[in-house]
Amino acid sequence: MVTGPAPSAGRLGPEDLRELAWRVAAQVVDPEIPVLTIADLGVLRGIDVKDGRVEVTITPTYSGCPAMNMIALEIEVALLSAGITEASIRTVLSPAWTTDWLSEDGRRKLREYGIAPPKPGGGRRLLFGHETIACPRCGSEDTHLLSEFGSTACKALWRCAACQEPFDYFKCH
Amino acid sequence: MKEASLTTTSITVAETPTVLYALRRADDALILGHRLSQWCGHAPMLEEDMALTNIGLDLIGQARLLYTYVAELEGGGRDEDSYAYLRDAAQYRNLLLVEQPNGDFAKTIVRQYFYSAFADPYWRAMTASQNATLAAIAAKAEKESAYHLRHASEWVIRLGDGTEESHARAQTAVAELWPFTGELFEADATERELIKEGVAVDPASLRRAWSETIADVIREATLQAPASSWMQTGGRGGRHSEHLGHLLSELQYLQRTYPGARW
Repeated sequence: MVTGPAPSAGRLGPEDLRELAWRVAAQVVDPEIPVLTIADLGVLRGIDVKDGRVEVTITPTYSGCPAMNMIALEIEVALLSAGITEASIRTVLSPAWTTDWLSEDGRRKLREYGIAPPKPGGGRRLLFGHETIACPRCGSEDTHLLSEFGSTACKALWRCAACQEPFDYFKCH
Repeated sequence: MKEASLTTTSITVAETPTVLYALRRADDALILGHRLSQWCGHAPMLEEDMALTNIGLDLIGQARLLYTYVAELEGGGRDEDSYAYLRDAAQYRNLLLVEQPNGDFAKTIVRQYFYSAFADPYWRAMTASQNATLAAIAAKAEKESAYHLRHASEWVIRLGDGTEESHARAQTAVAELWPFTGELFEADATERELIKEGVAVDPASLRRAWSETIADVIREATLQAPASSWMQTGGRGGRHSEHLGHLLSELQYLQRTYPGARW
């Protein structure tokens, strides 16, 4: 726990600085799914330190995901509060983000939050096949797709016939 | 600041082959994305309001990536916004199909269907491009297009094989938009060079797959593909229908009136 003024990251060696930057950036949460950190999501790809400067690499989930700008801003703010003033954010597109990068922990957190997590190894095969999605509330597989496009770019809207509740499904991508 | 802060004069772009290539695809995505955004608050049901705007968001996202790449290639301090807000209609390189007015819901769906049935295999093929940036953009667009195609296909079938009214509207949309589909498969001399270098995919190579996808869905929807083979063309060279000018006057209004405005 930090009680005093922000630690001076300027005195840290490159490896310690990298580790600190990762720890700080990894705690930034997705503004639209606040139970997931960008590390859980696989959006945080790496941290490089060169001449005392930190470079954070992130990758977008969807091309038009409006959360990306906010995530970049929040990383900068988080680093700044940890005393890391020399930092930049780089966005890379390749390799393209996939829901397979979602951590196990992330999938569990999604379910607990009421969002059905994407099936691992899904992709196109699942997209054009028949999907069976378990309700994140009651676990029933008696569920139906209401709309391919939900409250955010990454989600679809489903309904459970067993508990009658609608729920979000994090689409395979 | 950029030229925008001093004057509202439009910019001109030095269209090297790769710049022109990226602008064409970016313009397709931006204009179609903007068309879909016009449905926000007007779709026949809430789910479709969200679907159309979600698809619009994906497309505008693809456009942003491509414009950002163009800015990088030009290296003159421009950014994605310069291309979207400061080019005149004649400098836009999009397909005539995507600038066609929304019409009714059936027309919007059929337009989306014709485009997505092409964009999906096109971006998938482009993931093998020799140009690493274009391949990376394609890898993202390809996944998104698959969802767009599935959504549009289901609606074409639902409308065509629905009520008498929905069938008639879907059939009218197919007939009206058909002459704009030939342009999907065009490649001019500039683009043929890029195809030879493995940077671009030959759109004509996707014609058969596209025709088969379309024929299957049209049949299932109990609709008829027009017999006429006459096709309209001109968008890739900047010769547009009057609709694009009206669309741009709305899209560009703020930056043209208050150059360089930020909020």
